[in-house]
Amino acid sequence: MTQQEMLKKMQEISFTLVELNLFLDTHPENTDARAQYNRYAEQLARLRAQYNAAYGPTMNFGLCPAENAWSWIDAPWPWEN
Amino acid sequence: MWIYEKKLQFPINIRRADLQMAKFLFAQYGGPDSELSASQTYLAQRYTMPTPETKALLNDIGTEELAHWEMLGTMIYQLTKDASPEDMRAAGLGDYYATRGKGIFQQSPSGEGWNAGYIQVLDDPIANLVNDMAAEQKARAAYERLMNMTSDPDVIEPLARLRMREIVHFQRFGEALMSLQNACAHIYAKG
Ligand SMILES: [Fe+2]
Repeated sequence: MTQQEMLKKMQEISFTLVELNLFLDTHPENTDARAQYNRYAEQLARLRAQYNAAYGPTMNFGLCPAENAWSWIDAPWPWEN
Repeated sequence: MWIYEKKLQFPINIRRADLQMAKFLFAQYGGPDSELSASQTYLAQRYTMPTPETKALLNDIGTEELAHWEMLGTMIYQLTKDASPEDMRAAGLGDYYATRGKGIFQQSPSGEGWNAGYIQVLDDPIANLVNDMAAEQKARAAYERLMNMTSDPDVIEPLARLRMREIVHFQRFGEALMSLQNACAHIYAKG
């Protein structure tokens, strides 16, 4: 997967998680939705760790390690194409 | 607090400049029914909501609206970044360029700065949620108008995604309103 493809995959999984999160806010007893939420959350964590290892952190304030260099400041920022 | 994630909610890659469209998009970036207004309304309303479901929902939809506001800013940025001052002027953005250059300012297409009068915050949870449902429909209709004004798929696709989110938010707010009415039936029954 290229960086672009990996980012797109993360966007897809994150989007599904937003959707499930809002659904669970109004259906907190729905165990199927909660199981799906946990499954996608695990997928996202795995993919994010791979992405961060290859291209640097995607989250600030200590939520992603900064192993080799402070690449948080590196392009591209989300609004840049 | 909030954590920033270095990605957009949906990919945006606009390859063709369109200054007219950039100007229209300010409606959802800094106009009365903009994503900015929605985010500030929901995030302020959440403090006095009475049930766990409604506090969470306003917190989470308010947060998602911030991501939508970022998408609008991104679209305006990408549509204007290569424009010359002459291009800006020809597209009706001469006043804008004279005032702010190409900074992405919170305003409506016609140039009124965003103001807090656009947001609605009461301590009445039913009034808040009914307001929010109307806000989602207004935003949905706004995205339909914006989609009518361009044929560029790079612009239409993110607008269509945003439109779809407004429909989902409306649905969730409707469910929250129903659960609140059930939970508070004893209060409202007193008349
Ligand atoms: Fe919304």
